[in-house]
Order: sequence, then C-alpha cells, then structure tokens
Amino acid sequence: MDYIDVIFDEFMELHGDRTFSDNKSIVCGLARIGEQNYTIIAEQKGRNTKENIERNFGMPNPESYKKGIRFMKQAEKFNRPIITFIDTKGAYPGIGAEERGQGEAIARSMFELSKLKTPVIVIVIGEASSGGALALGVGDKIIMLENAVYSVLSPEGYASILWKDASRKEEAAEKMKLTAHDLLNFKVIDEIIKEPIQGVERNDMKEISEALKARIIELTKELKSKSIESLVKARYEKFRNMGEYIKEEN
Amino acid sequence: MIIDKLKKRSNEDDKEPKSKADIPVGKWVKCDKCGEIIYKEKLHENFSVCPLCNHHFRLSARRRIWQITDNNSFEPFKELNIKTVNPLEMPEYMDKLKGLKEKTGIEEAVVCGKGKINGEEAVLCIMDGNFLMGSMGTVVGEKITYSIEKAIELKLPIIIFSVSGGARMQEGILSLMQMAKTSSAIAKANDAGILFISVFTDPTYGGVTASFASLGDIVLAEPGAMIGFAGPRVIEQTINQKLPSGFQTAEFLLEHGFIDKIVERKDMKEVLYKLIKFNK
Repeated sequence: MDYIDVIFDEFMELHGDRTFSDNKSIVCGLARIGEQNYTIIAEQKGRNTKENIERNFGMPNPESYKKGIRFMKQAEKFNRPIITFIDTKGAYPGIGAEERGQGEAIARSMFELSKLKTPVIVIVIGEASSGGALALGVGDKIIMLENAVYSVLSPEGYASILWKDASRKEEAAEKMKLTAHDLLNFKVIDEIIKEPIQGVERNDMKEISEALKARIIELTKELKSKSIESLVKARYEKFRNMGEYIKEEN
Repeated sequence: MIIDKLKKRSNEDDKEPKSKADIPVGKWVKCDKCGEIIYKEKLHENFSVCPLCNHHFRLSARRRIWQITDNNSFEPFKELNIKTVNPLEMPEYMDKLKGLKEKTGIEEAVVCGKGKINGEEAVLCIMDGNFLMGSMGTVVGEKITYSIEKAIELKLPIIIFSVSGGARMQEGILSLMQMAKTSSAIAKANDAGILFISVFTDPTYGGVTASFASLGDIVLAEPGAMIGFAGPRVIEQTINQKLPSGFQTAEFLLEHGFIDKIVERKDMKEVLYKLIKFNK
C-alpha cells in the first residue's frame, strides 16, 4: 500500500469477494495515473503486529483470491489494465483455508489470469513464496525489485523438506537461486528495478515508487498498442516456455 | 525395426504388470489400514483394493493404465522423451533420478499418452507416486502441458490422475512455474471446449492441488484419498492444534463442494466412459 500511494495519482480500495468475506491480506481497488485507469490486486502484509493480525500476516485465504478474481473479471469488462503486487510468505495453511478450497482458489486465479483479455503487469515487491505468490503472478510483464526474492517455498520450508532441517535455511537460500538476478537468468521475470544498496528504507520507497511508476506508464503504452489476441497469445507462450528441458532422441 | 520395438514395449505396458514398486516383495501383503494379510494375487484381482476394509492401495502408473484402458490400446507419447537440465545444479538430484528410473521402470513421475476406455479415445496423464512422490518439476509440467495441447489438437477429452507431494523442490522456482504453465494450458483447453476429467488419488498436495488437478470440468477422487494444499504437519504447526479426524480426505472435500464424485477403483473405468459419453 505504501507503494500504491506513491505510484498512483488516485486510489480507491473496494472490498469483498461476494460469497464469503473480505479478506484483507489482498487489497483490491481502482487507481489512476493521469488519464489511465487501473485495477489493483495487491498482497499486503502489515507494518506492525496489529496490522499483521488484520492482514493475516499477508497470507491469503481462498476468499482473498476469489476477491482478486472478481476484480480481474471487472478489469476485463472495462478494459482496465491490471497491476498485481506480490509479497507473501505463501497462502495461509489453516483448517478453514482447506475447507474453503485453498488449492482450487489459487489454481482458478492463475487459470483466469492466463486468458484475461486486458494487460496484466506483475510486480514482485518483497518476499514471494509458493503458489500463494504465483496465484497473482501470471501476467504479460513481470517486474521484480532488486532485493526481492521469489521462490518455490520459503528457505526454511525448503531446508526442512529437502534435508529435514529447517535451520539450514541460509544454505537453502543460496542453493535455491531465488534472487532477482537468478530469476532474470531463468527468464521467469522480465526486468529488475534497482534498489538503493541498503535495502528498502522509508526514504528509498519514494525513489523506487517513482521508478516503478515510470515503468508502469511505459509498459501500459507498450501493452495497449498490441491487439488483445496477440497479447493473450504471448502471455500463454511466455509461461508455456518456462522451464528448459533436454529432448532426447528415441 | 523401431516400430517393432515400440510395439513390443506398448504390449508390455498392457500386460498386467509385475508388481515392483507399489507393493512390497513377497506373496502376501499387509493392508496399511486394517492390518489384514492378503494374498497378493487376490489383491491385484481386486484392483489393489483391500477386500476386507476397501482400503485403496497406492498404484503405479503402469498398473493404473492397465486397469482403466482397453487391452493394448494405450500408446505413450514417445516424442515426449525429455529430461531435466537440473537448473539448480544439484548433482545428487541427477543421481536420484537415475536410480528412480531403474527402480520404477518409468522415465518420470507422469506417464502420458493416448488410450481407449470402452472404445472411447482419450488423452491420459497418469502420475506415479513412486517417482519422487509424484512431484512436479519441469519435465512433469512439460509432459502434462504437451498432453493438454495434444488433446486440443486431437479434439479428445483429457483425463489426468494425480498423485503428488507438490512442486519439485530440486528444481526450485522453475517447478513453481509449472503450476502457471499447466493451469494456462487447461484454460486454453477449456476455451477450446475440451472435456477435462481430473482424478485425485492418494495423496495429492501442494502445487498439483493448486493447479491443474483442481481445474477439472469434472473432479473425481478415490475413496479415502488425502487431498489438500498445505500438508497436515504444516497446518498443525501453524495453528498449534490437532486436526479434526477425516480432515483433507476425499469425503471431506466432497462435503465442502470441491469434488463431483468419489469413485471406487473397480468402477473407475465405467464412470470415465459414461462421463465421456455424457459430454459428447
């Protein structure tokens, strides 16, 4: 939300998934830069304990994704480009989340994004882990802040699964290739937004937000200049080609 | 010559497979659930289901294909002869894959091809839990995506049997991306009017539950199969309380509206056949 306030000239948050609740771990709303309208779907952690509890520590529930899907479809209806912000340790692992179909909600979110007839720009701003992050990660352009990480699982979880020892998380983080530069090499992301060396301090936020704003404006122009058919086709091909493999002769 | 070789291979696939991976060695096996000692041949005649308590034993891909397709009708997509580039450069991972290929007799955690179910043609992807817990890396993702696209091209229904621990950790972020890749392919098939039947088997978790497996036009499950996004241990640790009994079973998912129907293994072929006919 700190980024949203600086990037956009105007932002109005809107609520609710229309079937169950309004889960605040994902913020949705309408925004504008100049004359261009946008739909915002953003994973949101809290800045302190109180906020974190309200936002479920940025760990979405199924209804969070369903709220997102509702806004995706509305964006398509009104030809508004979508900007998603990704920042989550993962989808919430809880009893209610399973009862209400966490897996299906994440799958459905990717399913809808993959064929949405409007431009989608994805911005990875902090910690992006597991399907909970990827649910909002299917887009035409994937931007990542230089110090953000994007991974299949948190390093703790990774170490505990692979070596049955969560304390080896730093070793895991090195092996996992989860930095912005690694991901650019893997062609999982399209570009990196440079950050000041010491990481994201309050003052740096403005600088980063300005850089993001400039890229959003340019990319919107670029994506809007393409036909919707070619845009959706290119989006499909982009994810279709992720993950190299070697073909062997029969 | 090559054709002969392939033919031979596919015939072997169709014979009742000699059990290797799914049941321990020996003539007798013990049911995990009720403890009954069962004569192995009898168990196989009964679709690898315990005759006493109806516990569905885990099944190798080969045996599953044998159970649901017509004799000699399954043809694997032989052009799908692909292997991982080992993106995280883990030497022990390549050794592990090599060992598993020898042990299981299959190339990866999913077997894909075309087959007939009571005469009805369909594209089939059968995951195999004996291969690194059926985890999805770049090869599994590509095989499934290729099969979905093949179903679109051939205008055939696609049936995917899932069993998986989720995304394959050894291939890091690229494994995660296979969720987006396969889900996008299903979205494409959906728009092309292709029928997708997803069958959950025990256990299916993580990135497979949270991608193609949950996106079927029809979602089926075997009785008692454990299905979820987060694993029970992770949930228990997060919420610090014991999980209710029956949590994350196929029956639990049916009750909460995420499954169309629970199908016993002996009825699976017939139900798949009927569903294909209903959607023709």
